[in-house]
Amino acid sequence: MSSNEHTEHHLGHIVPFKVYLNIFIALIVLTVVTVLVSQTVDLGKWNILLAMIIATAKALLVILYFMHLKFEDVLTWVYAIFPVALLILLMGGIFIDNPLRMDIQPAEVTDTLPELIAAQEAKQ
Amino acid sequence: MSSVAEKEVVSGPPHVHHMDSNTAYHAAKLGMWLFLATEILLFGVLFTSFAIYRYEFMDDFQRAALQLDWKLGGLNTLILIFSSFTAALAVDAAQHGNNKRVSKLILVTIACGLIFLGIKYIEYSHKAHLGLFPTFDLGEWSFFGIDFGYVKLFPCPEGAEFCWNSAEFSRDFKMYFGLYYSMTMLHALHVIIGMGLLIWVWTKSRKNRFSSEYYTPVEVGALYWHLVDLIWIYLFPLLYLVD
Repeated sequence: MSSNEHTEHHLGHIVPFKVYLNIFIALIVLTVVTVLVSQTVDLGKWNILLAMIIATAKALLVILYFMHLKFEDVLTWVYAIFPVALLILLMGGIFIDNPLRMDIQPAEVTDTLPELIAAQEAKQ
Repeated sequence: MSSVAEKEVVSGPPHVHHMDSNTAYHAAKLGMWLFLATEILLFGVLFTSFAIYRYEFMDDFQRAALQLDWKLGGLNTLILIFSSFTAALAVDAAQHGNNKRVSKLILVTIACGLIFLGIKYIEYSHKAHLGLFPTFDLGEWSFFGIDFGYVKLFPCPEGAEFCWNSAEFSRDFKMYFGLYYSMTMLHALHVIIGMGLLIWVWTKSRKNRFSSEYYTPVEVGALYWHLVDLIWIYLFPLLYLVD
């Protein structure tokens, strides 16, 4: 098999070894960073956001270079983005709804229900 | 024109007769991406549940997360990242038609998967030892006249720090570990399936099946393995680090 990459036709994109190695080193560094950040930086409830940003950076490196998404056609990009968009919709919807929802305790409702019914009957 | 097309058909894999190798390769790869999309949604629902309950039970989730050993989790992260690296290099080797290199790199990837599962086993057994494993209290059981007596799956060990069914074991703690086991076990199942796929790729590479014109199984197997790595990249900080 010829190793001349410029004249030979390839099915997929050939990525130089150096790129793979750099991505691997970057992933290791980011793993160390995420551990160090969790032990030294204290942002309270924003810690999780920082951890997720680092994780997303790692995920993007894996998807774009190891999984070759960077070199794929538009249709593959649609397939890759579609589930992520659905997830953002799901999580976004829940996190708009959940913190703003009034706390209705089922126990309270059932406890006061007989009194409510009695009050209603007394009115009639 | 037609001679080029004929040549491509002839040089394609022996079992693909109805498509030229280029179309078959791109169709298979696109199919894998579609499957990975469904996998992301499957895990996405679990991640969403985790996010909801972490928001609801912030304090207990943080206490529960302290029971996990971030060193073992971190080691597993590094192992999976390395295995993703070797899987990507295996695809590169296949693109250059180097079957020997493919089989070596795939073997290293499979070995990493085994080490990952071994470390996961150590973690689980340590949790069982602490009494953090769910106890399934099935009560009196008899089946077709055979009396099994009082059945209790995974009872809490003697002198354990925690006990799943005790009053002190809060609902929030159960929620954390319930999600922890569901997510990591589903992930471990994917590691096992991925290893199976890679063994299939390995046997093909041993038979010198791959060339720069045909390496679809390597590419597709590696894509699946990268997904396993991707999910762990999110699981590690969520379960082990955020406390």
